Amino acid sequence: MTAIPISKISEILTAYEKDILEDWVKEQLSAITLRRDLLSEADLRRESLEFLKLLTQALERGNPQDLATAEWTPVRDFLSALSRSRALQNFSPSETATFIFSLKQPLFTRLNTATGKDANALLAEVWSATTLLDKLGLFTIESFVRSRNEVIKRQQLELLELSTPVVKLWEGILALPLIGTLDSARTQIVMENLLQGIVDTASEIAIIDITGVPAVDTLVAQHLLKTVTAARLMGAQVIISGIRPQIAQTMVHLGVAMGDVVTKASLADALSYAFKLMAITFTRKTT
Amino acid sequence: MNPTRSETFQLQTSDDVIRMRQMVRVWMVEMKFGLVDQTKMVTAASELARNALAYGGGGSVCMEALADDGRRGLRLVFEDQGPGIADLELALTDGYTTGGGLGLGLSGSKRLVNEFAIWSAVGEGTRVTIVRWTI
Amino acid sequence: MDKIPILKMGHFLLVTIQVDMHDRLAMTLQDDLTSRVVKDRAKGVLIDISSLEIVDSFIGRMLANIAAMTRTLGAESVVVGMQPAVAITIVELGMSLHNVRTALNVDKGMALLIAQLNGLAEDDGNEPNPE
Repeated sequence: MTAIPISKISEILTAYEKDILEDWVKEQLSAITLRRDLLSEADLRRESLEFLKLLTQALERGNPQDLATAEWTPVRDFLSALSRSRALQNFSPSETATFIFSLKQPLFTRLNTATGKDANALLAEVWSATTLLDKLGLFTIESFVRSRNEVIKRQQLELLELSTPVVKLWEGILALPLIGTLDSARTQIVMENLLQGIVDTASEIAIIDITGVPAVDTLVAQHLLKTVTAARLMGAQVIISGIRPQIAQTMVHLGVAMGDVVTKASLADALSYAFKLMAITFTRKTT
Repeated sequence: MNPTRSETFQLQTSDDVIRMRQMVRVWMVEMKFGLVDQTKMVTAASELARNALAYGGGGSVCMEALADDGRRGLRLVFEDQGPGIADLELALTDGYTTGGGLGLGLSGSKRLVNEFAIWSAVGEGTRVTIVRWTI
Repeated sequence: MDKIPILKMGHFLLVTIQVDMHDRLAMTLQDDLTSRVVKDRAKGVLIDISSLEIVDSFIGRMLANIAAMTRTLGAESVVVGMQPAVAITIVELGMSLHNVRTALNVDKGMALLIAQLNGLAEDDGNEPNPE
């Protein structure tokens, strides 16, 4: 189908702005997907009106076939921002896309009235309008997904930060109790947090306790070794504690040599070793 | 992938290496790379620039900012018209050196980046491309 | 040409590397430092690299060389204040620097040298009193 001039749509949008807005808002409010709990009617009306104005402007100036052009930037920006705020408010993709798709009905009705009895003209106009709105709808969904992914990525990072607490056990002794599976990304953050903690607290000894780590593969073992080496370059010593019997067996089978790294069976053993290094002794008070 | 920004610098003296390191740092800060990412990339760049100087008799580096599906990347292409490398596999081995260094320039910088590619022809020169991506 | 200042602190020398070192400066530092160790009869050298943003294999080699040279002259070198990002990068690069002694900061480096001078530390460990 050849490109149909879309002048009519922008004319209609201008001429019937008020009516279309009313119908469109009504359409959106009646849609079962509208989240009344998250969005007020006033906000919806404001957003809808703003979009109609931007759309009209873009249609007057730009090519409706190519939404990537500069004339469409305001429309794209508006939809990106809308999708983003919807995504952050936990709207679903279809709830978000309904914003665009529910404009079809009111617009088609006006197009019908405007083209009169000319069926071909109506078909052409409806085709143009539906193509345009589909494109805008898809753009909205894509922006939505992108925003969602950003949220997920950020949450993953936050989770990583939370799951690697560096705690101070004693003046000069840090501990990092690790719980759960260690993958490459997490290990990198663990490493950076621990080393930064060493600098911040000027601690010469750090204990990495892996009691809560279900399995250690070659890669994780290598990451642990690198952390030990990096700490040594900074002037601190890392002790690894909580290596369970199965993990010790796996490591030997994998041929992972912990080299001259100090390893202890439990966190308590590691701490008492650290005290010995620092020449700290305790005596029980006799009464 | 088309770079969103690109610039080329000459590498003729060790001062050029320092200037290039500073440029790489500035770009990475602007592109919001983390400190460890910055340090790894700047170090890799320093190794490769020194190689271009020591073995290639000087060369150039082209810096390109990339964007792909929400992540950002920095690509550096080091080129020299030096004697080239006859045995790439050997040159990529830890500890192998013909210049009296530690032999970590190529193999080490490969470990510091996400993507590494090397092309070399004897008598024509060497081109090393590295990329580091944000998460 | 610039020079990196070398400060005398009791029996020890302190060098603070603050600039992005170019090759000539690094070479000059090796010369100056070895001469000063002899002239001042220094028992130890502290090299503060807390301001260094990167250590590539060139600078790493220089640090290893300085450690080996001063040791030959009877003065132990301690590299202090390496930043975490720099340490991570050095490990990934594959440099071991295992002959270079390290400490978290100047104070701790000084304590290490004093302990060594008093014969309390062993020769081959980073930590005082290893088991």
